[in-house]
Amino acid sequence: MSLDTNAETSATPEGQPVLSIQGIYKSFGGVHAVDGCSFEVNKGSITGLIGPNGAGKTTLFTIVTGFIKPDSGSVLLHGKDVTGEEPHELFHKGLVRTFQIPHEFHGLTTLENLMAVPAEQDGENLFKTWFMPGAVAKREAEVRALAEDTLSFLGLDRVRDELAGNLSGGQKKLLELGRSMMSGAEIVLLDEPGAGVNPTLLLQLGEKIQRLNEERGITFCIVEHNMDMIARLCDPVVVMAAGSVLTQGNMDDIRKDQRVLEAYLGSQTAEAS
Amino acid sequence: MSDQMIGYSSYLITLLTMVAIYGVMGLGLNLNWGVTGLFNVGIAGFFAIGAYTAAILTTEETGKHIGGFDMPFWVGAIAAMITSAILAWFVGKICIRLRSDYLAIATIGIAEILRLILKNEMWATNGARGISNIPKPFESLGGLAGPLAFLALVVGILIVVYVLLEKGQHSPWGRIMRAIRDNELAARASGKNVERLRLEAFIIGSSIMGLGGALSAHYFKFIGLEATEPLLTTFLIWVMMIVGGSGNNRGVLLGALIIWSLWSMSEMVIQAFSLTGEFAVRVPYMRMFIIGLVLNIVLQKYGQGILPERHPGGKDAQPKR
Ligand SMILES: Nc1ncnc2c1ncn2[C@@H]1O[C@H](COP(=O)(O)OP(=O)(O)O)[C@@H](O)[C@H]1O
Ligand SMILES: [Mg+2]
Repeated sequence: MSLDTNAETSATPEGQPVLSIQGIYKSFGGVHAVDGCSFEVNKGSITGLIGPNGAGKTTLFTIVTGFIKPDSGSVLLHGKDVTGEEPHELFHKGLVRTFQIPHEFHGLTTLENLMAVPAEQDGENLFKTWFMPGAVAKREAEVRALAEDTLSFLGLDRVRDELAGNLSGGQKKLLELGRSMMSGAEIVLLDEPGAGVNPTLLLQLGEKIQRLNEERGITFCIVEHNMDMIARLCDPVVVMAAGSVLTQGNMDDIRKDQRVLEAYLGSQTAEAS
Repeated sequence: MSDQMIGYSSYLITLLTMVAIYGVMGLGLNLNWGVTGLFNVGIAGFFAIGAYTAAILTTEETGKHIGGFDMPFWVGAIAAMITSAILAWFVGKICIRLRSDYLAIATIGIAEILRLILKNEMWATNGARGISNIPKPFESLGGLAGPLAFLALVVGILIVVYVLLEKGQHSPWGRIMRAIRDNELAARASGKNVERLRLEAFIIGSSIMGLGGALSAHYFKFIGLEATEPLLTTFLIWVMMIVGGSGNNRGVLLGALIIWSLWSMSEMVIQAFSLTGEFAVRVPYMRMFIIGLVLNIVLQKYGQGILPERHPGGKDAQPKR
């Protein structure tokens, strides 16, 4: 079964930038949350985005996906300027995000949470629900099948009919990932998918992301504090500090970089030990 | 039939007609608040614009107010839905993206402004004297048959509104509305145009309230300023929805039955005490007090109303407390 999504199939070739972040600035009052940040995410990559708390990673995701507008700078998607477009417009262009703190539809079941996502649902048009029940039921069956596939992919079948508000923190994280899968997006920005997830589940989560990348060609950009996970999945890794990019490259080089050790990894290892 | 029987029957018909009219408006509010989480406290405004639209279109020429087009009932009813939808579009366009308490303030404000306009624009509305001689469908049948036929008409409309809303609510459309109510950010991240969908629910709910206004105008054959007071519409309809079960259309209809019965019976009870003077003046407050008391008792016993919202996920899918 194939489910058409609205994502514009990109002409961007493998290895070329699908997402260019160019000189983004954003301050809240006196806080320069994002301070001249520029980097690119290449098609087919799993790009890591690391840096200390408060570096501006979440704010950057929030800007890139259209939830807030930058003070200046631009975001290019497949080379086209999409700065200031609404999240739903970017969704239809194949760019989605997940939230660091899970946002679920708490009064909907896990299955319904996923079914709510896909675009082009006839049943979301009130007049079609009244006058074209056949078309609505047909599409609804497709969406349900896709949601059930996604639930078993994520190992959430057991809580299929549980209200999402009752799920554990880890399950909600998986649901966040599930939502991005249901969107049919080509580019997914994951904000700390591993936070609050137990180590076994975290390993599985990493494998799932890798499978989505390999099998479905989804490009990822992942914010994560778990350096093992980043090292396993991501190449390249972008390091952000104080709102801008400190350095980028592969994880082995990053680990040796004195500035990164001072700004971030030093404190990480200190915490861990 | 004895006179007494006729009296009872006629009372019952009156009661049920009012319950059905309130039921229609309650369903509109339930779509706004119960399903989509839109804090509409301007029911009186949408009711009024619907009632006046129907009155102006269906009465005969009098020279006391504009209109007098002598049009059939259904033209007035449809026009009432359209004018209240247009009003909702204006209010919603400005306020729907704001936090829900701002929508509340805006809807109260619009309803009050509308009352002032209706009161002061004598040429259009006949001011405080209101519009009378609004035709009542089936009145020519006379006896009990006339009111009974009118009741059937209102109940028929109620059923149509109920069925359409239930269909919508239990479809992907309703799922999206509930999703928006639960978590707006997640809905936006799921690619939904939240503003457009909210506006849609707001307009449809408000136009159903306008339809209720039209039904009421035809039923009383009169629309005046008292009928647009928030107490009789906004307040009672909110209580009906909360008591019956916000989010559950059947609950809302049950709420309309309970609250309207109490409201109308409380009048008789108070009359039975044949209060005079100072006490008689306070009767309306007593009635409000009784309704408030019932609201409290019901909420103590059933936090979610008598028939709470049903989760499509079945009985497993209940919020943990
Ligand atoms: N809505 C906001 N209002 C004010 N300050 C904010 C807001 N969002 C983020 N910030 C501030 O911006 C900085 C960057 O935050 P954030 O993007 O969450 O960093 P990170 O995700 O890298 O930990 C922090 O100092 C944070 O306090
Ligand atoms: Mg963050």
